[in-house]
Amino acid sequence: MKGFLAVYRKELYRLFASPVFYVVAFIFLALVGYFFYSSVAYYSLVSFQASRSPFLAEQLNLTDMVLEPFFGSISIVLLLMVPLITMRLFAEEKKSGTAELLFTYPISDRGAVLGKFAAAVLILVLLLIGTLPAMIVLEAIGSPPWATILGGYLGLLLMSGAFASLGLLASSLTQNQIIAAVISFGALLLLWIIGWAESFVGPTLGSLLSYLSLLSHFENLSKGILDSRDILFYLLLIALSLFSTLRLLESRQWRG
Amino acid sequence: MIEVENLTKFYGPVTALRQVNFSVDSGEIVGFLGPNGAGKTTALRILTCFMPPTSGTVRVAGLDCQEHPLKVRAKIGYLPETVPLYSDMTVFRFLAFVADAKGVPRSRRRGEIERVIEVCAISSVAQRIIGHLSKGFRQRVGIAQALLNNPPILILDEPTIGLDPAQIVEIRSLIKQLGGEQTIILSSHILPEVSQICQRILIINKGQIVATDTPANLTAQLQRNLQVFIEVEERGPEVAETLATVADVLEVRPVNGAGRYLIETKRGQDLRPELARTVVEHGWQLRELRLQDLSLEEIFMQLVTDEEAEEEQA
Repeated sequence: MKGFLAVYRKELYRLFASPVFYVVAFIFLALVGYFFYSSVAYYSLVSFQASRSPFLAEQLNLTDMVLEPFFGSISIVLLLMVPLITMRLFAEEKKSGTAELLFTYPISDRGAVLGKFAAAVLILVLLLIGTLPAMIVLEAIGSPPWATILGGYLGLLLMSGAFASLGLLASSLTQNQIIAAVISFGALLLLWIIGWAESFVGPTLGSLLSYLSLLSHFENLSKGILDSRDILFYLLLIALSLFSTLRLLESRQWRG
Repeated sequence: MIEVENLTKFYGPVTALRQVNFSVDSGEIVGFLGPNGAGKTTALRILTCFMPPTSGTVRVAGLDCQEHPLKVRAKIGYLPETVPLYSDMTVFRFLAFVADAKGVPRSRRRGEIERVIEVCAISSVAQRIIGHLSKGFRQRVGIAQALLNNPPILILDEPTIGLDPAQIVEIRSLIKQLGGEQTIILSSHILPEVSQICQRILIINKGQIVATDTPANLTAQLQRNLQVFIEVEERGPEVAETLATVADVLEVRPVNGAGRYLIETKRGQDLRPELARTVVEHGWQLRELRLQDLSLEEIFMQLVTDEEAEEEQA
């Protein structure tokens, strides 16, 4: 863990110093804001119509109509944005030669990997915090289920961590930032939709694929249901990606 | 301080270093000299634990590079050849990161950063973004980061490349100042630089060390034959023929200008008195007579080209 804080602070400084963060944050918040607005507007329209039929009104609730689509949309936008934040973490160091500096300082590989990962996660947490005003708006116009919201945000946090760790892994594979972004985007999208094959590949493989899917594990969380299986899935994915990144970095020790 | 044994490094099928052995004592300034692609940078990268050797061992202050990489790195300040720096950070912020990375305690951090800024004369650019600096300043920032935390060993890969002459003089005197306290290894392909700064030179070519000694000894040791320059009044080919008959003269070569000759004689014998006597006995005017020193450049060229010739024969 030697050097963790040094790398963490440096990465944060550089992320904030580069315009990428501000552009990503702006686009992210604009898109999420639009999704939020449209689902709330739709909800109010449906509620207005349902006011005439008490049976339909009973079926309506904020969780299904607003929160779940809102968290779903955030996760999709994150899927697009995270590779752009993580692509430079190792690729740029290799390209510009600063890796030679970084790995001749008394910093352990573990410190460097975790420092970079922690910095990326903090950036994503900031993005998520940026979406909190939407929840305050909900509080102002209705009575949102805060426990569900908390569960949803925990899910988003875990998912951001999984995205960031995969992005970091992709970035350590190459010295080209665009290749790193494409690899991590491709991997994330594949893991997102891998469960779709469930219906036609047979029960064994189907349940395996659906277990691997980032989406299926998010479905419960976005409804505010905390299932240890889902939480464990994300934590394991993060651990696996970080471990692979570490091994990849170490491979420079034995590759020619 | 540094012991290198049987160091070999392959890049795939290419041999970068072949059975390299050398050691560096504490406080020494040692220069790696060699043509481009000789293996200087590879050797330095292995010393800094950036990459492992294919075989062989490197010990820094008694610690094996591969077993204790972090402890070894903590003792080394390294300036890579290309001077990679985080171009979007300010100089001060970058040095603060380096101080953090090298584990300088918080209480000493500011003072230590200010010290290297002072030593490298970069206070005027301390708040500027590294990407906007000129090559000379970038180079100094590179040296400053290597000096942080006062490591006992400095490894500088081509420290004066790309600087203007005035800056080169400054950097050289800075390196000389640091020597004595710190052990310094630097690489260069510029001879005068190495011979001025370093106490000892390792000439490296095609991945092997072909010579190692002080600049003065290297010159003496490698002067295979002595050369005497002589200028006599113009008398035609007769002069050269006569001079060639003097005992122990190996060859008489006319050089540019009439009456000027370069006489190669056997090593360790100063034939100037005999040559002078011969000229005077024939009644010619002797205009100039002096020993010709082989410069380090010539020795370097000899070593490097001999090697190539041998290889072609093989």
